[in-house]
Amino acid sequence: MGLVLRNVDKTVGGETHLKAINLNFEPGSRNVLLGRTLAGKTSLLRIMAGLDRPSRGSVLIDGRDVTGVSVRKRSVAMVYQQFINYPSLTIYKNIASPLKVSGMNNAEIDRRVRETAKMLHIDDLLDRLPAELSGGQQQRTAIARALVKDAQLLLLDEPLVNLDYKLREELRTELQDIFQRREAIVVYTTTEPAEALMLGGNIVVIDEGRILQTGPTPDVYHNPATLKVAEVFSDPPINYLDGRVNDRYAFLGRDIKIPLSGHLRRLAPGDYTFGIRSNHLFLFRLNAEDAEITAEVELSEINGSETFIHINHYDTFLVVQDVGIHPRKIGSRISVFMNPASLFVYDSSGTLIASPSPGSLAAGR
Amino acid sequence: MAQIELNEIAHSYIANPKGPADYALKRIHHIWEDGGAYALLGPSGCGKTTLLNIISGLLTPSEGRVLYDGWEVTGLPPEKRNIAQVFQFPVLYDTMTVYDNLAFPLRNRKIAENEVDSRVLEVADILDLTPDLKKKAAGLTADAKQKISLGRGLVRSDVAAILFDEPLTVIDPHLKWHLRRKLKEIHDQLQLTLIYVTHDQVEAMTFADKVMVMFEGEIVQVGTPEELFENPNHTFVGYFIGSPGMNFLPCTLVGNVARVGGTSIILDDEVAALGRKAKGALELGIRPMYLEVHGRAVNGGIPVRIKAVEDQGTFKILTLTLEGQVVRARLPEDKAVPDDMAWVRFPPERTKLFADGRLVKRAG
Repeated sequence: MGLVLRNVDKTVGGETHLKAINLNFEPGSRNVLLGRTLAGKTSLLRIMAGLDRPSRGSVLIDGRDVTGVSVRKRSVAMVYQQFINYPSLTIYKNIASPLKVSGMNNAEIDRRVRETAKMLHIDDLLDRLPAELSGGQQQRTAIARALVKDAQLLLLDEPLVNLDYKLREELRTELQDIFQRREAIVVYTTTEPAEALMLGGNIVVIDEGRILQTGPTPDVYHNPATLKVAEVFSDPPINYLDGRVNDRYAFLGRDIKIPLSGHLRRLAPGDYTFGIRSNHLFLFRLNAEDAEITAEVELSEINGSETFIHINHYDTFLVVQDVGIHPRKIGSRISVFMNPASLFVYDSSGTLIASPSPGSLAAGR
Repeated sequence: MAQIELNEIAHSYIANPKGPADYALKRIHHIWEDGGAYALLGPSGCGKTTLLNIISGLLTPSEGRVLYDGWEVTGLPPEKRNIAQVFQFPVLYDTMTVYDNLAFPLRNRKIAENEVDSRVLEVADILDLTPDLKKKAAGLTADAKQKISLGRGLVRSDVAAILFDEPLTVIDPHLKWHLRRKLKEIHDQLQLTLIYVTHDQVEAMTFADKVMVMFEGEIVQVGTPEELFENPNHTFVGYFIGSPGMNFLPCTLVGNVARVGGTSIILDDEVAALGRKAKGALELGIRPMYLEVHGRAVNGGIPVRIKAVEDQGTFKILTLTLEGQVVRARLPEDKAVPDDMAWVRFPPERTKLFADGRLVKRAG
């Protein structure tokens, strides 16, 4: 099955939720919709599902216009952020419910329910009620219900956002395996860059109801076309330093001087914004050409196996991602180092001018 | 501010508890030092809310005593304990101004108005609320409201401690770090005893100087964030702290070699010696970032199969199988990933041993 959205707009009470959406999802493809909260991801999924009708434009399935066709007549399954299950039905009956309405025979229903429950590791909970399960198990049930009927379009709206981070870790890995075994078009929304990258496939970066960039997920990560895409597709947020380029040097921040070489060589003189991801700022010098940034520590945030050190370089706020758990004291002065080869360059309109070439980044970590 | 002592505390919600399984808190014997920034971290159901309620006085423990600066308060209700609490959702009077909200706890205690004024102004300044003092609380953002809740705790000079119960739940992700920073600043500046309860390791590890990890009604480890990461005392801490968690492999010991199925892994001599004396089922533990991954056979390298690669952008997580067991390794963003075979090395100084879930280590 192929799904096409053509010139789709959605306005609600005079407010634009989606604008000029043109997308083409290939049969069997894995797709990520990446955007911040309220970017329009859920609105878009609901239109794909047939839960909402676009204000303008059309939805085509295998070339056929299905814009007004209700969700019941489409082959679609959806998983929501909240764990939505029937509270009075057992887990077994919850998973079986989409098959019951399709009139499938009981032996086949039983086989499918058990197979799907096993895949999601809830096969020993089938007699329980949803309220007796943990949040993670409830969401597994909701996912099982979406998977059991083999819909051609599988939509997942931030399915892991309400789980704690250990459960998220687990389910994220399992979902990868599950998607690989499916022939459906999978569309998965998230606010998290790492989740988007893990799912791979193709990405649609969306902001304020508009598509900012599309393409294979890793390509977009390595070449974010605008400052906005780089922001949405970096966690912690990408660091920006304003700079000015003359014939031979770029001057960044207050006192950072970088000779123009490598991908920076052909920059015309003028004003630019330089972007660098937090994992490319280091607390020690790795290469002779590394530029030094002096700053004051604002906070050390500890996240999983990393320390995010928030620093202030003369009122430019930057984040350094340090591997391991090494908090620094608030207010202490530190030097951080960056390799000019890992800088993204944006012009004054916020358009990407130069990006680091793959493999140019300093090894050594 | 006060030192808080939990003396042989245990709690059961059942009238006549029969065994350890009937206890929500098993045995807590611990002192919170005056002026410390502490976090109580654990998954839901671990007993942390029970413990918080015992500290604040909402709950009387079935066993043991609670002492504030040596004074027993075990049976006293919260209002007699001089405890301030900040909850998940801001608690304040929407129709009052920010100023009146901050002044409320003091006026309630009949403090003289000139002192109220100087305290309110001082606290507003610390929390960057000065420009908002005349505004009604109702119109403010969630993070400003939560700062007012915090301010209502800070404004009293007589509080023994401030307890936080998941205070950043309602705050937008990109604003959270501002509030985390604010809390740390306040702690540094005022040297208050702060106890922060959360299931979120980012918040616990960022906020606290000392983190207590709770698991199944017990405090399994108290340590700095770095200690918890580098030297987890318990397999639960190894799993819960760090992402992904520590790898654990059941093993047996022969001399200073750990045997995992048919594979030999050389351990540090001292660890092995202690391990030979330890009782219980042995497991080897290593953090994914410390596992060395090589693309070709190397001296001491153990061949493994690569099952999956997760590119997280700033790094990659490899899922490997070693003797049929899953092991995760973490690779830097720019390091090439071998095709389907790799060789891993367990650096002895980073490889831990656990017996029945507890870290094998020197006594004391």
